[in-house]
Amino acid sequence: MKCDCGHTNPHGAQLCERCGKPLTTELDMRYDGAVIRSKTKKKTLIDKIWALFANVKFGVLLIVLTLIAASLGTILPQVLFVDTSTFASPKEAYTQTYGVFGTIYYTIGFADLYNSWWFQTLVLALAASIVIASIDRGVPLFKALFNQRVTKHDNFLKRQRFTLKVPSEQLTLEEAARVLTTKRYRVRLEDNALLAEKGRFARFGPYINHVGLLIFLSGVMLRLVPGFYVDEELWVREGDTTAIPGAAGYFVENKAFILETYDGERVENAVNSVAKKYETKAVIYKGDTLAGDTANLQELKQASIQVNHPAKFDGYALYQMDYRLDELKTMTFQLTEKKSGKSLGDVTIDLANPQQRYALKNGARVELAGYYPDFDGFDADGAPQTKSPNPNNPAFLFNMYTAETKQGETSFVQIQKTSEPLGETAYKMVFKSADTRDITGLKVRKDVTMPILIVGGIIFMLGVIIGSYMSHRRIWIKQTPEAYLLAAHANKAGYAFKKELADITEKLALPSFDDKREKEGDNDAS
Amino acid sequence: MLLSISSTLLFTAFICYLVATLLFGGAVHGKKEQEKRSHLRFSKAAIVVSIIGFTANVGYFVTRWLYTGHAPVSNMFEFTTAFGMCVVGAFLILYALYRVPSLGLIALPVAIIIIAYASMFPREVAPLIPALKSYWLTIHVLTTVIGEAILAISAFSGLIYLLKVIDVSKRSMERFWLEFILYTLVVVIGFVAITSYFNAIGYEASYTYVDKEGESAAITYHTPALIGMHQYDAQTTDAFEPLVEVPAWINAKKLTTVIWSLLAGTVLYGALRILLRRRLAAVLQPFVQKTTLPLLDEISYRSVLIGFPVFTLGALIFAMIWAQEAWSRMWGWDPKEVWALITWLYYAAFLHVRLSRGWEGKRSAWLAVLGFAIIMFNLIAVNLIIAGLHSYAE
Repeated sequence: MKCDCGHTNPHGAQLCERCGKPLTTELDMRYDGAVIRSKTKKKTLIDKIWALFANVKFGVLLIVLTLIAASLGTILPQVLFVDTSTFASPKEAYTQTYGVFGTIYYTIGFADLYNSWWFQTLVLALAASIVIASIDRGVPLFKALFNQRVTKHDNFLKRQRFTLKVPSEQLTLEEAARVLTTKRYRVRLEDNALLAEKGRFARFGPYINHVGLLIFLSGVMLRLVPGFYVDEELWVREGDTTAIPGAAGYFVENKAFILETYDGERVENAVNSVAKKYETKAVIYKGDTLAGDTANLQELKQASIQVNHPAKFDGYALYQMDYRLDELKTMTFQLTEKKSGKSLGDVTIDLANPQQRYALKNGARVELAGYYPDFDGFDADGAPQTKSPNPNNPAFLFNMYTAETKQGETSFVQIQKTSEPLGETAYKMVFKSADTRDITGLKVRKDVTMPILIVGGIIFMLGVIIGSYMSHRRIWIKQTPEAYLLAAHANKAGYAFKKELADITEKLALPSFDDKREKEGDNDAS
Repeated sequence: MLLSISSTLLFTAFICYLVATLLFGGAVHGKKEQEKRSHLRFSKAAIVVSIIGFTANVGYFVTRWLYTGHAPVSNMFEFTTAFGMCVVGAFLILYALYRVPSLGLIALPVAIIIIAYASMFPREVAPLIPALKSYWLTIHVLTTVIGEAILAISAFSGLIYLLKVIDVSKRSMERFWLEFILYTLVVVIGFVAITSYFNAIGYEASYTYVDKEGESAAITYHTPALIGMHQYDAQTTDAFEPLVEVPAWINAKKLTTVIWSLLAGTVLYGALRILLRRRLAAVLQPFVQKTTLPLLDEISYRSVLIGFPVFTLGALIFAMIWAQEAWSRMWGWDPKEVWALITWLYYAAFLHVRLSRGWEGKRSAWLAVLGFAIIMFNLIAVNLIIAGLHSYAE
């Protein structure tokens, strides 16, 4: 493209490289008339891909697609939040609860939308678009901004939104420079021209926030690398010390679990009273154990773990997530002669660690022939079954030996029920008392990527603030033989800038700037 | 004592906003040059009353905070009221920057509707559950609400732009949707009216039903049950017989409320149309003629520029920090989180789309209005309809 001055400019240039005269009817001040790669090179496939990702409209399309996709995932709860344990399959859960729509929703993969390959591809494409568009526009823009000429072409000045022409005798550049300096402009004088500028840093805002966003996204992706990210759950009974999963060499002891409600009562599920506090009084240890021997553990710290107040140690954090109240800890039975009701002594069974035999006075003893912590009926052969190792519904098969019954008698004891499978017995085990304890549900987290996320977040936020709250303002003055040409440009908040311009022209005793948009008036811009 | 002062202050604010709306009406009606001095007097009075109202509103907030011991943003009533208050605050900021009285003519009535809507929810002071007991509740919620309120001003400016630019005498899609926006506002008033009416007569009807898990549950309607819960059974004698029964995963009580609001809103809208003999948009048009379109466009864009960083900080960054402390993960794709992200993406798209030519002016105004719809959806619908960790509202 050849300018009137004789200089040949590269294709796509909006301003002549030599004289600065606008070459096109459109002057794009967003990039200061710089040559944008994606708008000029469109030959090879790479150019085309580059141009596509550098296209802001394509970027907006990706944002909108991500937004729509994200909203689709909220129509029904994600599979993560659905209790599928009572159904044959997760799909079954959606069908049963939401009907045909649920089936379709699950089948097309919307039930786990945010982990789907296509959603993540969309986010990656968005990231690529941010990188490419920023380089494509940012580099030429900053080149243009750092190599600004003070003397601009007359046509360049006339194209600006705010313009003013004043006779030579009404103004001197020195006077203008003085007033503009008091308005905190950086003023450059050159030949017979003046450039006053402030807030150029505002133009960096979008690029800074894009960098922050990319750092943040890379932090999120690093979490997929093993070791960078630990997320495990553990249940600890009161009084127990348990190895912390995902944190080798660390142990936690549950000294006590506390549930407080606002009316002071401790209620299972707290139906009518509002919970006030969930707390685990814990001790964290470090060290090695050999087969459950916790003797040589070193205490690291005592901690109170509460909702909103996790315990932190060595890069790990323990969160209060869940609890179960009143799990049976011990049960005490009394060996009693049925006829007389005479007691031969108590047997206390530690349900987590039951003994094989319990000796009583006068040579009597009780043997625990079978223990079924979560009794669930009998199988086809008549053998008792247990559903789980948790003492939710304990049942015991006792052999009772006394001076009178040396051969022993067998009794099967459940909660509130006793049966005698091998014939009637003279003695029985009478339930006397039970001790309970609470279990706390903790979550352990370690997140090495956290510093990356924090840095990314801070840079992003700074970029957004710079880009949103600062504006780049420039005023050009050029002396021509017959008059001074003034022009002004702000990259945003034109009306606020206008007020400042009015103030400046008033101080210089000049008429106010013409505003091209004012003239457009009520003609809708679109 | 403190609580009754608090209520009185809120009511004072409510009345002030009503008066200020009328005064702003006086400040913008007509376009004649000779009315200029009267306009100036009206806007001065309007802004003074608005500031008094806002001060009373802040007074409500502070006294309730003192009484409850935590920032009053912990349930639907408190949260929505805070949003109404921040809308007025955001309007005052933008008014200080641009001095456009017609903005008040939209912002204040919307704030009034929001506060009236909020008052339909239980106003009792409830103690905080452990998950909410954190200073992040104050920081996260307040920042988010302020951000959303500033973003809302963008929609108000956009609405004025549309009222001004769209020719309501000709049939068009634009005219339809513009009228639809005003209709939605009337529906919210319909909700307030119908809820207040049934509250006043003390309507109550109990039903038992079978819930999603197949278990028996009970529910009490405060409006006649148009829609019945799954396998409902009336417990109150001569209770209204529901017209339809829904599957277990739909909450028929909420659906009933929505239908009642639509009915009341439509009747109200119809009455207004008959009374005024014009479309509501046509009624409002004479009030928005004074401001120029480029200025409205700038206000709309500028409010997004001011509000976006605040919203980002509150709804994403502070939210993530708190989620990390309370739920052990900064992000969990909870519906409320997703909708905050959607809102954020939407405004990010809004800011980028303005870089393209031809997306200023009318198109931008439509986008700003749609943004407000998304905010309101997130504020209200997500809490009420979509269950999740944030649903502390009934």
